[in-house]
Amino acid sequence: MGLSGLDIFKKLPKTNCKECGFPTCLAFAMKLAAGQANLDDCPYVTDEVRAELAEAAAPPIRGVTIGVGDEAFKVGEELVLFRHEKTFFNPTVLGVLVSDDMDDAKVDELLKQAKECEHERVGVILKVGTVAVKCASGDAAKFKALVEKVKGATSKPLILMTEDVEVMKAALEVAGDSRPLLYAATEANVEAMGALAKEKDLPLAVKADDLDKLAELSEKLVGMGLKDLILDPSPRKPKETFKDLVAIRRAALNQKFAPFGFPTITFPCEETDDDLYETALAAMYICKYGGIVILSHAEQWRMYPLLVLTLNIYTDPQRPMAVDSKFYEIGNPDENSPVLVTTNFSLTYFIVSGEIEGSKIPAWLGVVDVDGQSVLTAWAAGKFVPETIAKFINTSGIADKVKHRKLIIPGYVAQISGELEEELPDWEIVIGTREAADIPAFLRQFSTT
Amino acid sequence: MAFTLPTETAKGKIREVELGVGEKARKVGGENCLPFYLWEGEMPNKPLVAAEVMDEPGELVPALEKALGEVKNDPVAWAKKAVEEWGADAVFLLLSSTDPKGTDAPAEQAAETVLKVEEAVKVPLIVYGTEDVEKDAEIARVVSTKAEGKNLLIGPAKEDNFKKVGAPAIGYKQTVSGMTPIDVNLAKQLNILLTNLGMEAEKLVIDPTTGALGYGLEYTYSVMERLKIAGLFQDDSMTQMPMLANIGFQAWKTKEAKSPEEEYPEWGDAEKRGIMWETVTAVALLLAGANILVLRHPESIRLVKQLIADLSG
Repeated sequence: MGLSGLDIFKKLPKTNCKECGFPTCLAFAMKLAAGQANLDDCPYVTDEVRAELAEAAAPPIRGVTIGVGDEAFKVGEELVLFRHEKTFFNPTVLGVLVSDDMDDAKVDELLKQAKECEHERVGVILKVGTVAVKCASGDAAKFKALVEKVKGATSKPLILMTEDVEVMKAALEVAGDSRPLLYAATEANVEAMGALAKEKDLPLAVKADDLDKLAELSEKLVGMGLKDLILDPSPRKPKETFKDLVAIRRAALNQKFAPFGFPTITFPCEETDDDLYETALAAMYICKYGGIVILSHAEQWRMYPLLVLTLNIYTDPQRPMAVDSKFYEIGNPDENSPVLVTTNFSLTYFIVSGEIEGSKIPAWLGVVDVDGQSVLTAWAAGKFVPETIAKFINTSGIADKVKHRKLIIPGYVAQISGELEEELPDWEIVIGTREAADIPAFLRQFSTT
Repeated sequence: MAFTLPTETAKGKIREVELGVGEKARKVGGENCLPFYLWEGEMPNKPLVAAEVMDEPGELVPALEKALGEVKNDPVAWAKKAVEEWGADAVFLLLSSTDPKGTDAPAEQAAETVLKVEEAVKVPLIVYGTEDVEKDAEIARVVSTKAEGKNLLIGPAKEDNFKKVGAPAIGYKQTVSGMTPIDVNLAKQLNILLTNLGMEAEKLVIDPTTGALGYGLEYTYSVMERLKIAGLFQDDSMTQMPMLANIGFQAWKTKEAKSPEEEYPEWGDAEKRGIMWETVTAVALLLAGANILVLRHPESIRLVKQLIADLSG
């Protein structure tokens, strides 16, 4: 990071051959600096320059991938301290912990919770991302049996938790092919655990009681040739964990402190026995720099709010979330139910659909694609206009679903009603409310007339 | 490699604003660091957790009905319970009865309730109208006059009624909460208008408008962070007011918080889900910089207070 377009340009062949798809080497360099082009598209750049630029372009916090296949996830690659500065990239991954001192029923219950927790919101799948399997017994055979059981029950990436290298080796006999996270290297086992992770080419968590020790261990492991590390500052006290996570993120971004250029893992499940408070702590680590957050349980009542929080905090502030453009059925609408239209900005959709639902009057809510803008913004930008709305209505098939021909539009675009009636000659345009909060009262009145 | 803790010293600090008078007085703000970054600054006053009380609550979700029990229809008893049993640091009285779209109770009648609640509790009182600019202006006038010198936090003052809310607050010694729609510059602008009117900057609180979890939380979160950063690191005077997050009202309005489990079995236990919807919103805004957090459920109050205590202890 940090190389300007001009810095990059100096290292390019400057032949303007256009083979990269850009008209000049300078244009290509500018795109590279903005992260919108790939250096591999230049066939003439030397390997030496390629290596140099790759290093300069390496993110200050490494992206670490855990797991294989569809369920694999990546954490890290964050570039800012505050989401408004650009965006947060790889959402915090939430996991649940099972241990070999739990009885089978408990393990089954936790795995069931993890499996069942899956929600779709604004086109994003929200789910439990990982299962941490802990060796509490110290018994390699027992741990291996649990790892095997968990691996059979889920394809979610695993975190194998033991500080005993021999026990870890036993677990890897059954889980080594699924790219689990090894947890953890400590001061006591760093050489052996580091060597094992290196040999198997697996990501490794580093755990230490204070940040000095953590930096020391991280540096040592990097020196051994390890690349994929996850940091666990482990005071297990919320105040200290919070401070450590801020310090790690700041050191990585502002000071380019290489030993802390990795994602983090936290364990709110080990910071309190109170299920509700544990959930509150997890919320804190989602906001403030937690990469992986491990919980004691994964009930829906706790996971759903936490997962929606990851979605909110990691949304790109410059690119509004949009929902699919179509007619949504709110309640169980029938051929006489009111028909409303609004825009596909996710917030607009959620608030409007929430108010309609709250009114207990079933309705058809049409969502017009305006690139995820709110009603007024989209209208001002010439996107939420009679022509677009008419096209949406005519292609949506709503005319076959309702007997009436009354279309309710947002009060803020009352001025388009005349023109919209011309575009939709079969429909009567009704001006709805300006504020979503007034929809229930409006619908009640509308339905009685 | 030895590690040096990276620290950043702020140029500015958030104004200390006092709410209430005498033994009821509590201060908010005064910090010179980001929320709970206590290794590089101070937060002399912990964020205040205020319990929301309504003078006409209407139908509430079962989780709230259960928590309130008999006090639901008695704002005085509700406020006392919130302070004495739930440990609320302040009371936020929403005069829901005055909503012109509902009962439209006269301001004089609502002001009587305000006085009774103020009398009954030993913590600061925040009084909010229902965001009707005309009615809220009338409430501000009547309540400010009748509760002269009590230093209530009255709101929300908006761009369209700030003079009518601000003037009586100046005359009768109250503090004002200025509300703007999730925008840094609009929040600053309203503070400029209110100070130009003659309000002391030390008598102002910013209400940047709260979006609940899943309903615009990320906008409020970033606007609060930006206001706090501007106040601390750019020493921007008109962003240095403490901030209020009106969480309970917004969080419990969402279908995720209020729907019964029978309707959405995939969302799990309704009571805990509702509490967490409110608490998770509050945790995020606490970390974004809220100085006053308005909550409804006693469990949310307990959890947020515990987190504040843990982070500052």
